[in-house]
Amino acid sequence: MKRGIPRIDAERCKGCGLCISVCPKTILSRSEDVNSQGAYYAFCHDENSCIGCNACALMCPDAAIEVHAPEEVA
Amino acid sequence: MSKKTVLMKGNEALAEAALIAGCRHYFAYPITPQNEIPAYMAKRMPELGGVFLQAESELAAINMVMGAAAGGARTMTSSSSPGMALKQEGISYISGAELPCVLVNVMRGGPGLGGIAGAQGDYFQATRGGGNGDYRNIVLAPGNAQELADFTVDAFDLADEYRIPVMILADGFLGQMSEAVVLPEPTGKTFEKDWALTGAKDRNKRLVASLRLAEGSLEAHNLHLQKKYDSITQALRRFETYKTDDADYVLVAYGTSARISRQAVDRLREAGVKAGLFRPTSLWPFPDKELHELARKAKRILTVEMSLGQMVEDVRLAVEGRCPVEFHGRAGGALPALDDVIETVMRFEREEVTHVHAS
Amino acid sequence: MYMRPESLENVRTHYCAGCGHGIIHKLLAECLDELEIRQNTILVAPVGCAVLAYKYINVDGLEAAHGRAPAVATGLKRARPENIVISYQGDGDLLAIGAGETLHTANRGENLTVIFVNNAIYGMTGGQMAPTTLEGQKTLTSPYGRNAAEVGFPIRACEMLDTLEAPAYIERTSVHNPGAVRKTKKAIRKALEYQISGAGYSFVEVLSMCPTNWGVDPVTGASWVKDAMIPWFPLKKFRDRPAENAEKEAS
Repeated sequence: MKRGIPRIDAERCKGCGLCISVCPKTILSRSEDVNSQGAYYAFCHDENSCIGCNACALMCPDAAIEVHAPEEVA
Repeated sequence: MSKKTVLMKGNEALAEAALIAGCRHYFAYPITPQNEIPAYMAKRMPELGGVFLQAESELAAINMVMGAAAGGARTMTSSSSPGMALKQEGISYISGAELPCVLVNVMRGGPGLGGIAGAQGDYFQATRGGGNGDYRNIVLAPGNAQELADFTVDAFDLADEYRIPVMILADGFLGQMSEAVVLPEPTGKTFEKDWALTGAKDRNKRLVASLRLAEGSLEAHNLHLQKKYDSITQALRRFETYKTDDADYVLVAYGTSARISRQAVDRLREAGVKAGLFRPTSLWPFPDKELHELARKAKRILTVEMSLGQMVEDVRLAVEGRCPVEFHGRAGGALPALDDVIETVMRFEREEVTHVHAS
Repeated sequence: MYMRPESLENVRTHYCAGCGHGIIHKLLAECLDELEIRQNTILVAPVGCAVLAYKYINVDGLEAAHGRAPAVATGLKRARPENIVISYQGDGDLLAIGAGETLHTANRGENLTVIFVNNAIYGMTGGQMAPTTLEGQKTLTSPYGRNAAEVGFPIRACEMLDTLEAPAYIERTSVHNPGAVRKTKKAIRKALEYQISGAGYSFVEVLSMCPTNWGVDPVTGASWVKDAMIPWFPLKKFRDRPAENAEKEAS
């Protein structure tokens, strides 16, 4: 199965939640704490379930998300 | 190259001069009495591989000029009074972004749609700026077809040298009149445009804009512009004098008004009245120091305009009370009558004599 | 698998959370990368929220007065036909104060690309009624909802431009979900390709979110594009002259 690893730049994130709403595997959530801009940034709580569909990255208005192939990361 | 004299309408002489100066991008909207310029350009530009584009509006035309200027082109638009009013927004933006271009206003009577006969009611608009913000444009005032051509060639160099819009402020009579013209030669001056937008290839990106949001940056930009305007004021005060050396009465006039005033000077001299003419050929910057010097020796100054009194304010500012400044003007497309101008000065002479006798 | 485009500057934008401009900037930057035209592109920025667009995309930038971007772009492109010229505009800029420039630039078939971001409201000034504000939509200047009897109906830009003979390419897309984002990128890319090949005027309208001025959260905003905007502004390729001509030739 296709896999990916989302890399979310917490500092760039404005916490709009669009990525969370479009993730087919519902593995993105909002942080409890805030970044330096005061935003509740998005993060991935289950990287292993990521299917690398790029939906989160496509929707992110702040280009805060990159999706890497597992081999790129490894 | 032998210099050839040709008979041309003022508007056409100006248009040909723009081409001589290397203008290859001209954008305009039809309006009387400058329609010979777009017609001339429409014919000549394709021959030269240049761009003539009839814009959908005056606003579009001036903004096309802005785009072409930002790309580094020598560019021009022309219009007449109500059309120039419409262009003011663009002129302000171009001034803020420090882009060079040439603007031509072949003035007609106003306010509003006014009439189509020549007038000089846009002096304020041209020299004060009809757009928003602290900005100045160089304003040149030709007095015949030859100067329409010569000043236009010069205007392109000045625009590039100072990165500033240069306006040719003519009037419908100058534009429509046919006169003998010796077409000017290209000056051959070149200017490096290291700010022009050409695509960020092998260099950092460039920005041409007038918006400045960072705290203090807009004031700094205004101060920078002011410094430039100050240096232009030092370098470019232009004028012509005629029989002013011993003049008791100095007529101050530009454009068509100056042609009438010059005749008046000759007739007054014939009648034994010491009259002279001071003709500003740059309206901004206004040749104030030079006029001030004349005012120290003159008994009175008479400003003659085809308006009800606009340049006269600059004359008063220049004269600073050194002598009385009088005014004679006609408006709405009417010309000052030669006899009226003469009679006005003759009246000064009678009053001065009475005054001397009484004291 | 997905990397930030190089043409996008590595800075935080001033856009509100969930604003569609960021997505569209990113797509534009991706296209500039893929077509390798970043170094040749000049972006004309409008007055509106995208006035600072040139700060976010690493290309030469030119700022136009409100509504005048197509005229400025025309002058620029005529002076520099070898460059790629993009006019990026919002709904107030493109259809209200600059409607004349929009129409005539399209009508001349200028070889440039207009990206029209339609979010049915004036964003920069704080949420006033736009020419594309929907019937009944509440804004600062239509507090009781847009009343078509009084101020007319929202204007459909693509349909209007589609009546003209000259444009080469006209498409309306959206960025309310990942599928729509993909289609928007395709449209922008095609529009730029047509400019590169000299096909003429290309126009891409993108329905976009302005959650702040709509007074909703970003996710609700994305749904509103789908539920309220798309029914009035159908997503459609209105015109693709180069493709149509190629088809004709083939048959």
